Amino acid sequence: MISSLFIINASGDIFMEKHWKSVISRSVCDYFFEAQEKASSNEDVPAVIATPHHYLISIYHKQLYFVAVVQTEVSPLFVIEFLHRIINTFEDYFSDCTETSIKENYVVVYELLEEMLDNGFPLATESNILKELIKPPNILRTAVNMVTGSSNVSDTLPTGQLSNVPWRRSGVKYTNNEAYFDVIEEVDCIIDKMGSTVFAEIQGYVDSSVKLSGMPDLTMSFVNHRLLDDVSFHPCVRYKRWESERVLSFVPPDGNFRLLSYHIGASNLTAIPVYVRPNITIREGSGKFELSIGPKQTMGKLVEDVVVTSDFPKQVLNMSLTPNQGTYSFDPVNKTLRWEVGKINPQKQIPTIKGTISLQSGMPPPEANPAINVQFKIQQLAISGVKVNRLDMYGEKYKPFKGVKYITKAGKFQVRT
Amino acid sequence: MSDSKYFTTTKKGEIYELKADLNSDKKEKKKEAVKKVIASMTIGKDVSSLFPDVVNCMQTDNLELKKLVYLYLMNYAKSQPDMAIMAVNTFVKDCDDTNPLIRALAVRTMGCIRVDKITEYLCEPLRKCLKDEDPYVQKTAAVCVAKLFDINPQLVEDQGFIDQLKDLLTASNPMVVANAVAALSEISEASPSGSALFDLNSQTINKLLTALNECTEWGQIFILDSLANFTPKDEKEAQSICERVTPRLAHANAAVVLSAVKVLMKFMEMMNPTGDYIDTLVKKLSPPLVTLLSAEPEVQYVALRNINLIVQKRADILKHEMKVFFVKYNDPIYVKLEKLDIMIRLASQGNIAQVLAELKEYATEVDVDFVRKSVRAIGRCAIKVEQSAERCVSTLLDLIQTKVNYVVQEAIVVIKDIFRKYPNKYESIIATLCENLDTLDEPEARASMIWIIGEYAERIDNADELLESFVEGFQDENSQVQLQLLTAVVKLFLKRPQNTQELVQSVLTLSTQNSDNPDLRDRGYIYWRLLSTDPAAAKNVVLAEKPLISEETDLIEPTLLDELICYIGSLASVYHKPPSAFVEGRSNTRRALPIRSAGSGSASPEPSTPQKAPETTVIPTTPAPENDLLGDLLNLDLGPTNQQFMSPAPAAPPQQQDSSSFDLLGGGLDSLLDTQAPTQSSPAMVLGGPTPQAAHPPVAAAPPGSLGVLGDIFGVGTASGEFVAPKEVWLEAPKCKGLELKGTFSKKNNNYFMDMSFTNKAMQQMSGFAIQLNKNSFGLVPMSPLNISSPLNANQQIDASLQLVISPTHMQRMDPLMNLQVAIKNNIDVFYFSALIPMYLFCTPDGTMDKRYFLQSWKDIPSQNEAAFVLTNINLTTDAIQEKLAKNNIFTVAKRHVEGQDMLYQSMKLVNNVEILAELKVQPGNPTLNLAIKSKVVDVAASVHHSFLLILHG
Repeated sequence: MISSLFIINASGDIFMEKHWKSVISRSVCDYFFEAQEKASSNEDVPAVIATPHHYLISIYHKQLYFVAVVQTEVSPLFVIEFLHRIINTFEDYFSDCTETSIKENYVVVYELLEEMLDNGFPLATESNILKELIKPPNILRTAVNMVTGSSNVSDTLPTGQLSNVPWRRSGVKYTNNEAYFDVIEEVDCIIDKMGSTVFAEIQGYVDSSVKLSGMPDLTMSFVNHRLLDDVSFHPCVRYKRWESERVLSFVPPDGNFRLLSYHIGASNLTAIPVYVRPNITIREGSGKFELSIGPKQTMGKLVEDVVVTSDFPKQVLNMSLTPNQGTYSFDPVNKTLRWEVGKINPQKQIPTIKGTISLQSGMPPPEANPAINVQFKIQQLAISGVKVNRLDMYGEKYKPFKGVKYITKAGKFQVRT
Repeated sequence: MSDSKYFTTTKKGEIYELKADLNSDKKEKKKEAVKKVIASMTIGKDVSSLFPDVVNCMQTDNLELKKLVYLYLMNYAKSQPDMAIMAVNTFVKDCDDTNPLIRALAVRTMGCIRVDKITEYLCEPLRKCLKDEDPYVQKTAAVCVAKLFDINPQLVEDQGFIDQLKDLLTASNPMVVANAVAALSEISEASPSGSALFDLNSQTINKLLTALNECTEWGQIFILDSLANFTPKDEKEAQSICERVTPRLAHANAAVVLSAVKVLMKFMEMMNPTGDYIDTLVKKLSPPLVTLLSAEPEVQYVALRNINLIVQKRADILKHEMKVFFVKYNDPIYVKLEKLDIMIRLASQGNIAQVLAELKEYATEVDVDFVRKSVRAIGRCAIKVEQSAERCVSTLLDLIQTKVNYVVQEAIVVIKDIFRKYPNKYESIIATLCENLDTLDEPEARASMIWIIGEYAERIDNADELLESFVEGFQDENSQVQLQLLTAVVKLFLKRPQNTQELVQSVLTLSTQNSDNPDLRDRGYIYWRLLSTDPAAAKNVVLAEKPLISEETDLIEPTLLDELICYIGSLASVYHKPPSAFVEGRSNTRRALPIRSAGSGSASPEPSTPQKAPETTVIPTTPAPENDLLGDLLNLDLGPTNQQFMSPAPAAPPQQQDSSSFDLLGGGLDSLLDTQAPTQSSPAMVLGGPTPQAAHPPVAAAPPGSLGVLGDIFGVGTASGEFVAPKEVWLEAPKCKGLELKGTFSKKNNNYFMDMSFTNKAMQQMSGFAIQLNKNSFGLVPMSPLNISSPLNANQQIDASLQLVISPTHMQRMDPLMNLQVAIKNNIDVFYFSALIPMYLFCTPDGTMDKRYFLQSWKDIPSQNEAAFVLTNINLTTDAIQEKLAKNNIFTVAKRHVEGQDMLYQSMKLVNNVEILAELKVQPGNPTLNLAIKSKVVDVAASVHHSFLLILHG
């Protein structure tokens, strides 16, 4: 199981270490640094590295590497999932997971890590249990603790720890009882030069924010559950009920959680919401760039927060462009073009950007044109057509506020040119 | 106020200040000091000198402070074992605390202190905690057993903790069960006695399955992993376990999903492979695997490595999901490379167009490694999907036109493989490849190009120049290139001996004399000896038909694959190696897939035994040259077949060489052929030095056969008037799957030949021809393998002349005497036939006899040895008959005219010195002749008659 954890920042400092078994010298990270040197970018460091006596399993998250050291034959996914859980917990506690936030809260971090893993075995990883054991820091409590001398470590056993609903503590009380669900769909696709779809799929999530008193038992049903044939559930969902009735039945965790994620493959995907028409020609010395983006099948909804980015080859020195909408920037160091388009108004003319590319003289023109990345957001639309039919609550007497929001986003939306 | 304040230091020295604070009376100050100590510890500072001061703070009712002190203890107890004893009392006391949280914390921390003296005190509290009424304490204690085992395994066994753990498997709380499973798995993994500790029976399995639904995601992983080690007693049990495991495939935790996949993949082995249930499982396995690919890149990587195994085991699981493996340009490189690999595994005729379009797209990306692998992938597609080969080749040619250096090199490497898979199909592109010769700077690409030039030397007009240009820089080349260059030059020489002797000499000298590389030297010596002793054998060896490569070369070997399937999700599955190969101190117990028991259901073959490849195409192996293998197949008793290559010389008939054919070889070669050079140990001396012309003219040592072969190369025809019987049909197309073979035997320059015409009357191409002769009366064996290099297309005819030599080891008396049994093999089948060799071929030119000797012999041979025959339909004059026979070494000793008839007394001598006498009665104008034959060896008569018929009718 997991023996040790090192957290390393982008400049290669190990600023945090934690050992669950005996202490392993941090020199073991040299193997990691070696691999990092070989990798062409930070993301390209291999996830599993073998060293003579240990295995280093790492993940990369917002300029930080979380490197776990294992000594025995373990499941690397187990470790990777656990590392992601650590990040989620830190984000939950400190609102984000950065070097600063970890350093500022190192005692809590250390207590959390100790509580999450015992001898390399996961102990308490559910956010609600951890929060009962170790209170999240906030300014008010720190001040109160200073005065009263009490601590943010609870001295009673968390109630959820052993119940068969470990994700929920008992005795939750809210004055406003509310349950909100966001159906988020991300469109992953690759579009080729000709504008036809090489590959497309939808990653969907139902993210929930449930603040309900007591032990509510919820059921959610969908209008077209047929679409949901590849799903992953939060442990609270009763699988049997889903299998037989296609109804999500669950006692929700308290607070924010991901109830469901689903995957819709190419066969069910009907529409790509936007089209992109790039026209890039690069010759020796100079080039032309023109790109327009417009709505395709959006069911009358507005496409917002549109951003187009593209990484140009190293020969490109600069770009001089004129957009008819939004603003653009070109980073001459990373050779990244970023065009923040904003909203696409179907009544107005189609957003277009065009201009010239200047290349380093003497260098041969690049072999291929850069791919283009598109981000966008469409409110009140689940592009796959997934729709929540009903949401009912049992087990409690009060009447909760309920709400479902739909949103479609670009996931890995790539256009080849 | 943030915790970062703990990192600031003061002038006086940090340790000193902390010490003062730790011993302060103020609780708050103490706590702050401990926090500072912990802070220093986390960033790797050594604060172990504060040990006694920190331990003093342990006795406190503040849980946070207690926890922090425990944290400190765990880190430093090992370096201060004597001091750690001070803490024992507090631990033991805490284990009896009323608060379960404190009990659990104490037992947990004690287990982490790896000091022998402390572990002794641990046993009692641990035993109590394992039976604690609170499941939280119980589950913590379960893990503690595993910790203790790590420190002192003997103690754990002696104290009976393992049995207590096993009892916990039936506990009512699922968390406790899960932790007990986790602890037991870790112990059995680490224990030398292996899994014996932890054998599951159907009852505990049931318990585990119940706990599976209720415990945490991590617990589910442990339970699933131990389920995977269980072997159900029959298909039904396996099915019911699978039934309860499949819901786990929809879990949000990727590790749970993969562990569930492992259980299912393993138990599927036990099920009826044609049953419905397996179909259902296959359908259920695909979506969760696809979902894993939308997770974080690290998860994707592990998933992809496992999918690689899964598709090799059961290709149908993901066969429709090709598109999810398409590469996005911002995927991390390690994900990209894995995706490529799987794309090729899933490539089939149906989706190859899509795959190729993608691969071509990738080949223009920026990342060099990825581009290279994409180009290789195109080659692998060509080899895997035959129908796509042409498309792949043209794609590769397009890529070569881009002139991007590494793309060109990579393309040439894969084109070499394509040539090896589809010989004689795409050679038209060689010219394009040669254009890029100068840009190749990587050893593998250079070696590949050299291989192509050598292999197709006969079709590349300037092959000699090309190779010569490489040879110039021979010493600067990488050894891989040198080896390839050596072989290629020898190939070139064997294919085009004119003007290449110097080249071959210089390469042989370079490799044997100027190289320190033993591989190169040895190969150089071997070629040199081969060329100098027996160029024909060299030809056999160097130009032997190579086995075709197939895509299977990159598959994991089936038994290893089966073992790895048992390790899905673990490190072994990432490295594609069994854990025993890389995990330290790991016991060598191998996991194996369960085998479907014979009693359960249908009598289908066990799925886990890899299917034997049909053995029709490749003939199983003896370590002999290829054509000999056929003999094995025929189960003919061939004896030591190698001998024909090793020592053909003594078997050769004592004939004088026809020196005209030798002259063509020129001066360079005769020294090469000279086996009489001073020593054998140093072939290097053979070349270059003056050849001792003394007793032996160089050529005498060479087997006559070799000259024949070389003569053949030069297209030397035979000018002799020896009779060649017309070809007769040996194999009939309708009976031999479309292959028609006509043939005859002939003698040219005192060498025996089997002249054959192969005609393909089938619709499909034929290739891979080989021939084998059974032992025969005169010991004829082929000089060289049948040389039909190009495949035989439909309705095409190829003539081949196979030179035969006499080998004493190959003699066996046949009945009829001149019968020769032959086997012909091609890619379709093996065919057998027998043909009669005309006896006159074996008549020696010195067969003429003195008249008196003839008379004496005639009398000496008893009359029962006389055989009489009637020859009909011969419209020849006596003189013509005489002349025809004489040309075939049947000599007329005397001629008499009696009663209007011509009596011809004739003699002949066979190569084995058997003398045959004949009396031929010819009546002018009458087409019927009477023949009487006498010989000491009676069986020859029929064959002689046959020969007479052939000669006189021909």
